[in-house]
Amino acid sequence: MNLVNPVSVRALLVRGMLAGLITGALALVTAYLLGEPHVDAAIAFEEAHSHDHGDGGVELVSRTMQATGGLATGILVYGVALGGIAALAFCVALGRIGRFGPRATAALVALGAFVAVFLVPFLKYPANPPAVGDPDTLDQRTALFFLMIALSVLLAVGAVILGRRLAPRLGNWHATVAAGAALVVAIGLAYAFLPAGGNVPEGFPATLLWEFRLASLAVELVLWTGFGLVFGELAERLLTPKEAPAGHKADPAAVTPAA
Amino acid sequence: MAQSAAPAPSTPAIPEVAPLSLKEIAPWAAFVGILMLVLLYFVGAEQGATSLIAGEDVHEWVHDGRHLLGFPCH
Repeated sequence: MNLVNPVSVRALLVRGMLAGLITGALALVTAYLLGEPHVDAAIAFEEAHSHDHGDGGVELVSRTMQATGGLATGILVYGVALGGIAALAFCVALGRIGRFGPRATAALVALGAFVAVFLVPFLKYPANPPAVGDPDTLDQRTALFFLMIALSVLLAVGAVILGRRLAPRLGNWHATVAAGAALVVAIGLAYAFLPAGGNVPEGFPATLLWEFRLASLAVELVLWTGFGLVFGELAERLLTPKEAPAGHKADPAAVTPAA
Repeated sequence: MAQSAAPAPSTPAIPEVAPLSLKEIAPWAAFVGILMLVLLYFVGAEQGATSLIAGEDVHEWVHDGRHLLGFPCH
């Protein structure tokens, strides 16, 4: 059946942004509990070791506001925006990437987004706490970071299309493995040819850097796991109308003669 | 259909889902998709390498989120 699904894109988009907001709140709690102590520790290191930051300490936003209202703004807007984009990706993926229902499609889209938007760029240009990264190289690092995200997303989309093309010849399993292998090789080449990332200042604690990056990974993991589950549930309810009345009618009929 | 003799469990567990029309997705992707990317730009990059608004307020406000979400901050 190649009928076009009558469910509107708008309804899914609204649900995607709502799921992004809900899961953004979970990511916010994670960031506050796991991330903020490391941000504070890194700022303490920065202040103890800075040579040129003695300009009177003009503070536009207090640390308390940065760690609460500012952090909330950043993560919630990030969640809503990526929730909307992921919902659009779901609209395209649904019924086109194999025989998956709405919930499974949402989980796969969330997994793909986590890997393509966050994990692949992160492994090349990982998150850095304050004090790590030379301000003079910010332009270059920003350009490389966004280039890596764009490349990673394009390669992931390419791998999905390749997998669908190969499926009739190789079967679903081997087509998926082949497309995945092609994706890994392409990303490996991108890693090899793009310049290396930031520089860590002398004496910056290795444990702090490691724990900050783990916290960053945890925030994104919570965000995307939550998104996949919440959006999947909302999409399932929208796309699969309840068949409870029919089920209820059938059940007693089946049970009564047996009893 | 209702008179089908086959017991319920024999129906396929995962019914095929009809795809959404790409023509219907396109305008939403163009307008809302770009709006979302603009939001991400303000959270992730404004007043860093590039500035649309003068000053440091946006950068300072989303500072911690930028670090923890993996964006190059400064």
